[in-house]
Amino acid sequence: MSLTELSLHAAAALLRTGQVSSLELTHACLERAEKHDPQLGAFLSLTPEAARTAAQTADARLAAWRRGETDQPPLLTGLPLAIKDVLCLKGSRTTAGSRILENFVAPYTATAVQRLLDSGTVIIGKTNCDEFAMGSSTENSGYCVTRNPWDVARVPGGSSGGSAAAVAARFAFGALGTDTGGSIRQPAAFCGITGLKTSYGRVSRYGLIAYGSSLDSIGPMARTVADVATLFSAIAGRDPLDATSMPNPVPAIDLNVPDLKGVRVGVPKEYFIAGIQAEVENAVRAAIGQLQALGAEVVEISLPHTDYALPVYYLIAPAEASANLARFDGIRYGPRREADALWETYLGTRGQLFGAEVKRRIMLGTYALSAGYYDAYYGQAQKVRTLIKRDFDEAFKQVQVIACPVAPTTAFKIGEKTDDPLAMYLEDVFTLPPSLAGICGLSVPCGFDAHQLPIGLQLLGPAFGEAQVLRVGQAYEQATEWHKQTPVL
Amino acid sequence: MSLTLVEVEHIANLARLRLTPEEKARYREQLSAVLDYMTKLKQVDTTAIEPTASVLPLRTVLRPDEVRPSLTPAELLANAPAAEDHLFRVPPVLE
Repeated sequence: MSLTELSLHAAAALLRTGQVSSLELTHACLERAEKHDPQLGAFLSLTPEAARTAAQTADARLAAWRRGETDQPPLLTGLPLAIKDVLCLKGSRTTAGSRILENFVAPYTATAVQRLLDSGTVIIGKTNCDEFAMGSSTENSGYCVTRNPWDVARVPGGSSGGSAAAVAARFAFGALGTDTGGSIRQPAAFCGITGLKTSYGRVSRYGLIAYGSSLDSIGPMARTVADVATLFSAIAGRDPLDATSMPNPVPAIDLNVPDLKGVRVGVPKEYFIAGIQAEVENAVRAAIGQLQALGAEVVEISLPHTDYALPVYYLIAPAEASANLARFDGIRYGPRREADALWETYLGTRGQLFGAEVKRRIMLGTYALSAGYYDAYYGQAQKVRTLIKRDFDEAFKQVQVIACPVAPTTAFKIGEKTDDPLAMYLEDVFTLPPSLAGICGLSVPCGFDAHQLPIGLQLLGPAFGEAQVLRVGQAYEQATEWHKQTPVL
Repeated sequence: MSLTLVEVEHIANLARLRLTPEEKARYREQLSAVLDYMTKLKQVDTTAIEPTASVLPLRTVLRPDEVRPSLTPAELLANAPAAEDHLFRVPPVLE
């Protein structure tokens, strides 16, 4: 078996015993990416030199520990990872998938990335995404289309499509993504990997290029639940540099889950709607049956405001984006379209360098916040958001975890939905409500359709309930083989 | 609802986006369709419902007012398209 086939935990075990070095793992990942990524477009940049240096440092730490000279280094020491290009890494180009940041070199490192570096990991590159994380297919990148490793004619999902494709293609043992309305969970489902949307406030966003600030969250993507749990523990927790990061203690996650006895799992009837691909519904229902077979008590629940999440999200997120993206004006960073007056410089720089979807959302948000429309659109959306959050608050009084589909379909064809924004937005229908409520959610592989495309099961937990969704995810994963499937490149 | 071309131009100006005539026509059509879909929110009775701006229980978060390290002017200006004497250089603001 080649080194890149290993899970993160399996690779970590070999690093500990010295059977393999971090440099060997790093070379294996880089070689595989250099060979296959021209086909897939998962990376916007590879950072081989920094990666080799980090790998050598990791090998030295591991060797010193094996000689008994130092304490045990963190479990993640020496493991190659990929980072979504919306997260700053000091000294590296950080574009957020946008031409307006084409030449931006981050002057500091995001806290989540720094915590991974402090854990001894090796960052091999920055991954492609929809521009400013706005999209569900990674087709909105200003640089390239990322292709799904299971079928290169199809999208990997989005917006963390590059991170998902990199993990599925075995270019890295794990990756960081970000999730504002489904951007970790949906690409994880489309690419057959595991992804965790962390609770709002769980992971510091210092150094994350902001999209929708009341929604943005950072989380890990990897091949197994255990891998995701380890990455989660490394990045979570309060950071004085992000005032919205919460002081809640990060629990130790016990993944020894022999069964699910005593766990109540809710199945929301509103998530099995007309228009859902039959194979997706069947696979998710079978997965719920498996949870029951493992001892969970499965009950039907209702989240009555589900249907309104899409309009609420596509008002609130664009409104926040229109404010957040005001900073991209060609003055402090990025290329500039030179003009004789400041006003003209703003108009030209922003008009030419933002992509079509980003401009669409800025316009939508600007409209929703403009005089005369604020109460009817933005104000009403914020009130309905309260009702959506209450639905989940009520549900979690009855159940510990909610099980449902991640997306209504499997990966669609490149170009299939680009001309119809509303059809693209509907991809997010099952991931938006949890985002609006600020809760956590895990996407785990639960089957394949007739085209051999992966299907994802979404397991939702209350805010700061990552441990319980990971435990249910672990029990499910251990009882199934879906996560062991690998795409042939 | 249907946006007029004048409304699209007004929004684009507020957002500081110069659009081509083709973009204006396309956004007029697409944004009208999206806003139509948004009208379903009017069905929800939100009398006496408080708006949610943030799901967190935090209000104003304060930190000690202490001097601490920050980026240098050179680091901050390194990405600027034009800079001079520790300042960002911009085109004329007023004629």
